[in-house]
Amino acid sequence: MDNNQSKKCCCCEESDEQKYAKIEKVIEEYKGKEGCLIQILHYAQGIFGYLPLELQEFIAKKLDIPLSEVSGVVSFYSFFSTQPRGENTIRVCLGTACYVRGGKKIVDKLKEILDIDVGDTTKDRKFTLEVMRCIGACGLAPAISINDKVYKQVNPDKLNSILEEYY
Amino acid sequence: MINLTINNKKVQAKEGMTILEAAKENNIIIPQLCYLEGVHQIGSCRICVVEVEGARTLQSSCMVKVREGMVVRTNTKKVREARKVIYELMLSDHPRNCLNCARSHDCEFQKLGELLQIEDFRFEGERSKTYIDDSSPSIVRDTSKCILCRRCVTVCNEIQGIGVMNAQNRGFKTVIGPPEDLPLNSVNCSNCGQCVMVCPVGALQEKSAVDKVWDALYDGKKRVVIQTAPAIRAALGEEFDYEPGNLVTGKMVQALRDIGFDDVFDTNFAADLTIMEEGTEFLTRVTDALKLKKETKLPMITSCSPGWIKYVEHAFPEKLGHLSTCKSPHMMLGALAKSFYADKVGVKPEDVYVVSVMPCTAKKYEITRPEMNSTGYPDVDAVLTTRELARMIKDAGIDFKTLGDSEFDNPLGLSTGAADIFATTGGVMEAALRTVYEIVTGREIPFDNLHVTPIVGFEKIKEAEVLIENPLPEYGFLDGVNVKVAVTSGLSGAKKLMEEIANGTSPYHFIEVMGCPGGCISGGGQPRPTNNYVREKRLQAIYKEDENKTIRKSHENPFIKKIYEDYLEKPLGHKSHKYLHTHYTKRGIFNEHLKDK
Repeated sequence: MDNNQSKKCCCCEESDEQKYAKIEKVIEEYKGKEGCLIQILHYAQGIFGYLPLELQEFIAKKLDIPLSEVSGVVSFYSFFSTQPRGENTIRVCLGTACYVRGGKKIVDKLKEILDIDVGDTTKDRKFTLEVMRCIGACGLAPAISINDKVYKQVNPDKLNSILEEYY
Repeated sequence: MINLTINNKKVQAKEGMTILEAAKENNIIIPQLCYLEGVHQIGSCRICVVEVEGARTLQSSCMVKVREGMVVRTNTKKVREARKVIYELMLSDHPRNCLNCARSHDCEFQKLGELLQIEDFRFEGERSKTYIDDSSPSIVRDTSKCILCRRCVTVCNEIQGIGVMNAQNRGFKTVIGPPEDLPLNSVNCSNCGQCVMVCPVGALQEKSAVDKVWDALYDGKKRVVIQTAPAIRAALGEEFDYEPGNLVTGKMVQALRDIGFDDVFDTNFAADLTIMEEGTEFLTRVTDALKLKKETKLPMITSCSPGWIKYVEHAFPEKLGHLSTCKSPHMMLGALAKSFYADKVGVKPEDVYVVSVMPCTAKKYEITRPEMNSTGYPDVDAVLTTRELARMIKDAGIDFKTLGDSEFDNPLGLSTGAADIFATTGGVMEAALRTVYEIVTGREIPFDNLHVTPIVGFEKIKEAEVLIENPLPEYGFLDGVNVKVAVTSGLSGAKKLMEEIANGTSPYHFIEVMGCPGGCISGGGQPRPTNNYVREKRLQAIYKEDENKTIRKSHENPFIKKIYEDYLEKPLGHKSHKYLHTHYTKRGIFNEHLKDK
């Protein structure tokens, strides 16, 4: 997790120009190869954290393909995000085990505390809230993860204290 | 040849054919929906499924190629039930308000329902959200009616090479449209309407101007002038059950009189005028380049097709200097109707209401361009497509087939054969060459029957060379010059020619571009279907119209000579600039507005 955060910090220090230059280099490398768009989008999301329309336009222009094709791929795969992402990603497990042990209540409580919907990011860019199916920790249900750390047997009352760790 | 069995009948098919094509060749009809011959074959709807012996599942016949010894069945219980369920599932997410849909009785989805004898709605479930995008002046999108066949995606991406529309999102939430739900008027849509032409349902339609036109006709104060593009006369008949290729010029004019239009003019007149202006502009540029050694932009490119203009403004904003500054013919005629003609009949320009019947949806956009108001009022007030005009004629209670022939009104109604061929790819170039060659050499263009054959037909990019020998003294500098021209229709060909200009390798002096494949005869506002067969028939009709005229060169049109004497003075003169010429706008590659980044 520490490693992950330090990467992000370094990224924040980069200017947009530097990020675009990096992406342009990748595009030059992949351009013309079959299926290159997804590779480029992965890389671009890695650099920017998300794929705003302006960035999609940049990629479409460099690859000489329609913007609607790029946005079609971005909107098809749930991995890609067009919204800025928070510093930390909270994922609430809604796999069968977590669901029956109250995963849904955790989602509702988090939505209330953070004042956002699933898929959105808090105004202070601290958290992005997502749900997922089964993180492979069924014995710990209901489970949530924040970045790479898994929290076990979470109940809605514990959430405030968990989130405090990240402020 | 491949031998196979379809429905117990031994048949033969060419190698590489699909089962659907092989069946059709042998008079066996397989129901289909998304398939569009020669254009769209991706098997997205699955309606055309058949049983193939040895195959684990049903196969979509538009995708699977014939094989030696193949045994196919198209009407077994299993096939018929599957086809019906596929249809019913599509129907379960369709609005089913056919009575107030403009495509009713002309809807491929509705016709298929009749064929499959669907009697009740077995499946009820969630419906796709209705999102009506009427932001564009040309095209209205209704996402709830879309059946996700993706024909529009194919024509917009592959044939036109623009790609304004693609599938967005996934599964039930899939929408065919621009990125991130952007409205059509905010993106790089050319408004060509080829998507409207292929849409099997009412999801993509032209924005109707019919009510506006009726209102103008009912307004006692307005003098309502109508003009028709050359391509209408070769296609309108199809809306009244004539075979494709029937010219209905005379009946069309009579119908317009019967509806109540005050003046029935011919856009062809302005096509002849375009040749005078554009031909002179071309000669000026060539003189600047070759004689005066002045900086000028060659090749010059035609500007009659507003879809093409919008495309080039987005895709090549730095190359707009290559475009002829001529307005498209119907805009010229509109401007003259509100100036020259309004003067002549003593009506104020604001009381003249100009309607254009066009084969084109982009013309609906063109009249909204803010610079198109040379009299201080819009040059043209409303554009009707061929389809809309047919609806008006029917609505007015006119029995089209029994009408007699009538002639266009003068002075803006007489035209030459050169104007007729504006309707088809290669036509504007041929018309221009007929006049320009004669101005330069004093002789007729040296082609059989005046047809510049290398640029006739539906090939994507066509080229011709015209060697200038023994010109008139004034054009002595052109002696021995081989004038190179290129013609393309459909925007993917235009892209190729523009790329050559952008990288400095274009060998041409003059290029004609029409935005729709085949030219205006297959414009986005023409009767459906417009396929290769229909296109060919309309093309033949247009050339016939040209050949039947006694005058076939624009500069010989007596009314053109007269309007220069009485009003415009000379091509590219002061009045011409005011009423007949225009300028262009740089736009963003993917956006309506140019951004610096």
